[in-house]
Amino acid sequence: MSSTTIKASPATAEEESAAPATTVAPSGKTDWVRLTLLILGAMAFLFPFYYMIVGSLQLEPNPGLSGAFPDPSNITLDNYESINSSISLGRSLVNSGIFTGGVLLGTLIFGLLAGYALAVLHWRGRGAVFAVLVLVQIIPFQLLMIPLYVMIVRSYGLADSYLGMIFPFAINSVAVLIFRQFFLALPKDLFEAARIDGASELKILWRIAIPLAKPAILTAVILTFIGPWNEFLWPFLVTKDQDLQPLAVSLANYISNLAGRAANPFGAILAGACVLAAPAVAVFIAFQRHFVSSDLGSGVKG
Amino acid sequence: MAVTAPAAPPETRSRARSGSGHKAGRQRIGALFIAPYVVFLVAIFAYPVGLAVYMSFHEYFFAAPGAIVDRPFIGLDNYVAAIKDPAVLQSFGNAAIFLVINVPLTVVLALVLATALNAAIPFRTFFRVSYYVPYITASVAVVGVWLFLFNGAGLVNNLLGPLAPSPSWFVNSTLAMPLIAIYVSWKQLGFFVLLYLAALQNVPKELYEAASMDGAGRFRQFMSVTVPGVRPATFLVTLLATITGANLFTEPYLLTGGGGPNGASSSPVLVMYQEGIQQGNAGYAAAIGIILIIAVLLLAGVQRLVLGRK
Repeated sequence: MSSTTIKASPATAEEESAAPATTVAPSGKTDWVRLTLLILGAMAFLFPFYYMIVGSLQLEPNPGLSGAFPDPSNITLDNYESINSSISLGRSLVNSGIFTGGVLLGTLIFGLLAGYALAVLHWRGRGAVFAVLVLVQIIPFQLLMIPLYVMIVRSYGLADSYLGMIFPFAINSVAVLIFRQFFLALPKDLFEAARIDGASELKILWRIAIPLAKPAILTAVILTFIGPWNEFLWPFLVTKDQDLQPLAVSLANYISNLAGRAANPFGAILAGACVLAAPAVAVFIAFQRHFVSSDLGSGVKG
Repeated sequence: MAVTAPAAPPETRSRARSGSGHKAGRQRIGALFIAPYVVFLVAIFAYPVGLAVYMSFHEYFFAAPGAIVDRPFIGLDNYVAAIKDPAVLQSFGNAAIFLVINVPLTVVLALVLATALNAAIPFRTFFRVSYYVPYITASVAVVGVWLFLFNGAGLVNNLLGPLAPSPSWFVNSTLAMPLIAIYVSWKQLGFFVLLYLAALQNVPKELYEAASMDGAGRFRQFMSVTVPGVRPATFLVTLLATITGANLFTEPYLLTGGGGPNGASSSPVLVMYQEGIQQGNAGYAAAIGIILIIAVLLLAGVQRLVLGRK
C-alpha cells in the first residue's frame, strides 16, 4: 500500500485555519461557479436530513411539495411517542451507549498501546503485525460474518450479550493506524530524553505521547464512535432479545416488521431516525474542528 | 518495514552499552504492549479466516447445542454449488452493477467537490461539515428518509408527476439496484471528498501556474493537472468504494425489503445471511464469503495495476 501514500503536509493540518490559495484565482471576485457547485452539493447532502426532521414532526404524512415546509397545524410529537411505545427508545439508546462505550474503551486502552508499540518500540514481528493491520482494512468483517457467528454465538454462547456485540469491534484498526501515524511523527529525541531520565515506557506513553496526540485521539474517537453506534449487521445477528438491541437494530426491525401497524408509519420511522442520528451528528459537530483530513489520510493510507 | 533496531546516534550509544538490559527490556515491553491487539487480530481475523476455509470444505450446518453431528469433508462441493446457484450469481451480478455505477460516480463527484472546496471561499467549514453529515449518520436512520422520499406516493414521484417510474423506485427491478448504488455514493461521498481534499494539498501550485501561463482554462487545468496529481488518492478511493460495495447488506435489507423485487437488488452478503444464518447452511455461506474475498483481492490488484505506481 505504500504507493497509495497521501502525505500529510503541514498545509493539510492547517487547512481549517488558513484556507489554501485557490488553484485558479479569477482575480479577487467571488468565484460564483465554485460557490454554486458547493451550495448545490450542500443542499443535496442536507435536504434529506431537514426532511427527516420535518417528517418526524408531521401529524399526517405529507409527501407533497408543501410537506417539505413545516405547517404549524400539522406539527406534533406523537410520532416520537408512537415509536417509543414500540421499541423503547431509552432502553435502545442505553444499549447503543454500552456497545459504543465498550468499543471506545477497548480502542483507547489497547489501541493506544498497540499504536505506541508499532511506532516507537522495536520488537520481533513488528513488520508482520503491521502488514496484517493493513490487510484487515481490505477484508472487513462482513465477509467473515459466518465464521464469527459460529464462533461467538454458537461456540462461546455469547448471543444476546454485550460482550458478544462488542467483541469483533473491540479494537478499531483504523484508530490503531491513526495512533501509529501520529506517534511516528513525534520527534524521537523526546522519547530518548525521557528514557535517559529513567521513565518507563508506560509512563512515557501516558505522560508524553498521549498528551501530544490529543488531536489524533479526538479524530480516532469520532471514527470509533460512529462505527458501533451506526452498526447494524453484527448486533442484528447477535441480539434476538429486544431488551438488548441497540437502537440501529430495533429501528431496523421496526422498519421491516412493525411499521405497517402504526397510524403514521413514516412519521414514527423518521422520529426514530432522528433519535438515532442526533448523537452521532452532535459528537461530530462538537469535535469537527479537530477532525482534519490529514489524520484521515494517515488513517487509511497504511 | 524492517525489524532491525535503529542505529543509535553516537551520543546515546555509550549509554546503551552501560545498560545492556535496556534494549532487551524495550523488546519485552513492545511485545507486551502489542499482545492484546495481536490476540484480538488472531481471534477476530486470522482464526475466522481459517474457520471459514475449513467450513467451506465441509457440509457444515447448525445443530442443536451439545449434539454431536457428522460434518463430512466434501471438497469443493460448496464452491461448485455456489457458482451454479442462480441466487448467488444474481447477487454477484448486482454487485457488479453497483460497482459500475458507484465507483465512477464517487470518483467524479468527490474530486469535483473537493476541488471546489479547495479555495478561500465563504462558509468553508459549513460546506465541509454538511458534506460529511451523511457519512457519519447511521444507514438505518437515513434509509428511513429515502424510503419516504422514493416510495410510490413520495416527494420524488410527486415532483416527477407523469415522469415517475412505475413500479416505483425501490420496487422496480431495473431501478432498485442503481438507486441503491446512488444512495451509497451519496452517503459515502463526504468521506471521499475529505480524502481528495488532503491529496489536493500535495499537487504543486507551480503546475497550475505553468498551465495557466500556457493558456489552459479552468477545465483544462482540472483535467491535466488535478486529475493526474491525485492519482494515488484515486486508487485509494476506488479500492475503498469496492470494499464498501462488497459489504453491501443494510441497504438492500431495508430499502428493498431483503434484496427485492425477486432478488433484483440482493447482494452477496445478503445471500450469505439468508443461506448461512436463516437457512443454517453455514458451510455454503462460508464458501460464498471466500469467493467474495478472492473477488475483492483480485479487483484490488487490477485497480492497483491501472491506478497504482506508474
